[in-house]
Amino acid sequence: MSKGKGGKRVIEVDALARVEGEGALYVRLKGDRIEQLRFSIYEPPRFFEALLEGRDYSDAPDITARICGICPVAYLLGSSQAMESILGLAVSPEVRALRRLIYCGEWIASHVLHVFFLHAPDFLGYDDAIAMAKDHPEMVKDALRLKKIGNALLETIGGRAVHPVNLKVGGFYSVPERERLLTLRDDLTWGMETARALTLRVSSFDFPTLEQDYCCVSLHHPDEYAITEGRLVSDRGLDIPIDAFEQHFDETHVDHSTALHGRMRGREAPYLVGPLARYNNNREQLSDSARALAEAAGLGARVANPFKSIVVRMVEVFYAFEEALRLVDGWTPPAAAAVEGPVRAGQGSGCTEAPRGICYHRYVLDREGRILKARIVPPTSQNQPQMEADLRALVQRNLALPDDELQWLCEQNIRNYDPCISCATHFLRLTVERDARSTRA
Amino acid sequence: MARKRPRLAVWKFSSCDGCQLSLLDCEDDLLAIAERVEIAQFLEASRATAPGPYDLSLVEGSISTPEEIERIKAIRMQSRHLITLGACATAGGIQALRNLREFDQVLASVYAHPDYIDALATATPVSDHVEVDFELRGCPVNKGQLLEVLNAFLNGRPPNVSTYSQCIECKRSGTVCVMVAKGQPCLGPVTQAGCGNVCPACGRGCYGCFGPAEQANTGALSDQLAALGMTERAVRQYYRLFNNNAPAFREESKRHE
Repeated sequence: MSKGKGGKRVIEVDALARVEGEGALYVRLKGDRIEQLRFSIYEPPRFFEALLEGRDYSDAPDITARICGICPVAYLLGSSQAMESILGLAVSPEVRALRRLIYCGEWIASHVLHVFFLHAPDFLGYDDAIAMAKDHPEMVKDALRLKKIGNALLETIGGRAVHPVNLKVGGFYSVPERERLLTLRDDLTWGMETARALTLRVSSFDFPTLEQDYCCVSLHHPDEYAITEGRLVSDRGLDIPIDAFEQHFDETHVDHSTALHGRMRGREAPYLVGPLARYNNNREQLSDSARALAEAAGLGARVANPFKSIVVRMVEVFYAFEEALRLVDGWTPPAAAAVEGPVRAGQGSGCTEAPRGICYHRYVLDREGRILKARIVPPTSQNQPQMEADLRALVQRNLALPDDELQWLCEQNIRNYDPCISCATHFLRLTVERDARSTRA
Repeated sequence: MARKRPRLAVWKFSSCDGCQLSLLDCEDDLLAIAERVEIAQFLEASRATAPGPYDLSLVEGSISTPEEIERIKAIRMQSRHLITLGACATAGGIQALRNLREFDQVLASVYAHPDYIDALATATPVSDHVEVDFELRGCPVNKGQLLEVLNAFLNGRPPNVSTYSQCIECKRSGTVCVMVAKGQPCLGPVTQAGCGNVCPACGRGCYGCFGPAEQANTGALSDQLAALGMTERAVRQYYRLFNNNAPAFREESKRHE
């Protein structure tokens, strides 16, 4: 809609985008000043927290997995760990290693899908990976094989790739034989080398200019690049146990979105979670070879350009393959696939590094183990305010671009966050309304 | 002259994306599929969109907002064949649990401002709103079955998808019965096969991802579950997972209220 009076112009996602997809962008400009910018998510609400009330604690992993078909392990594991903290269960080192291993599979499958199917086509100027495959067949075929190996890890340990069935509170229903895991070695070795080559390939893309002063929030673990557990840290001095999450982080419900907006208490500016935040906070804990690869790919000690998240994702893919190999080689089956204990009342939280960033769960149980209260904070809602801040900076820098180029740049920036697959793909329909004083670009 | 390629469209409603992802997870076949069909609409994978009509529409997700009712009707009108993918589109999915509760209470427990939310009190299958040509089961769907259904519709033959129970799948693959051998609860006797036998092979009872099998004898199974020590409440909740709104499971769960 045009609001051409008083030197105003409006950049608006066509209302149809809401019909066809799950997102929208609205920008109102006065002269060269952005008066309002909002990025909305219209994913229909499914009310998981309400549906969990009254269910048994043991139902939480399978039910919450259905929040996201792309990163079910983040939900299976976050809810399981929250329940374990309530019930006072400590899993064995072998179970812990197997959890980290299946999580490597999820990182690989999710990251590779995002990098080559959702994001790389932007950089190379294609509508999709299938069109891209006509000109770059080897790259797409290699990416498909990498993704398949990630899925093979999920299937071997979890029973299936989407919504694995073998994970539970306390561990696993059963554990794979050592020999079965070792059959994955050749593929993992190939995957590691291929991921290295593709990281360098991706690092040669042209990256739009944008440097943001991010407040990076991630897990941090003293002994490893944090994936399944750790303390919550930021590069601004935050260092808290995950149980203290809600004392420091809040969500607000804004009228233009069905995703709640995350914010850090006492901080006006947004914060960032995900690969960039992890890399910036925990780079020292990557393996020597992953750090060397990052350096060869042109990443410094700190990455502030969101468009380079695609390179960071690839470094994490390489690391996940290397880590998976290490875990497969060192793994011995535990005495018991799961640890069990009596049910008791209480409250507990769990938090893991989903491919897109920290995913927090908290549950309150009654003494029979029924869920009284559930709270889940996924990465996308936490990143939403930062996505708006990035878009604001990007639009401001690129006001002179013609409509179609500005639209594509905005879409690409949203995809920097891999917010969730359907939101992250190509859904924006941007209309630029310019005031009478400016010429339509 | 080459025949015109059939036009495929993939649509998302209220869902987790897992069933669409299963299509992208067909790593070995994806590029071949893309050569056989014109992918006219698949937002999860492509920026390019082409207007209808479509030869085949694949629909993921349940109908849970007023806008989704209008959208599914418009899609049906543009589609020669319409196939639902997975438990949400076929039975309403896990979110259909809200159909059993006071919606105001559900809304208030998640959102601070329920008035900002434009959602229906129910999440329902696509077939409640438009005619569906085939319903593919699963939470998520099985890749092999998905390829079979695509193949069948593109070649004008009926899909070869079995409607027998999970028990047959276990017997065929030589998986030891977890209920008989270990006394574990299992929905396998009343659940349609197709997942690839994943749970019993992990030593876990089936939890019903593929919905009720044909002529499922849920009453007899519930008696057996009670004999194994499950309470009425536990039996009720067992049926109330991803296919809670499929008629056979819904009615059986109500018998245990």
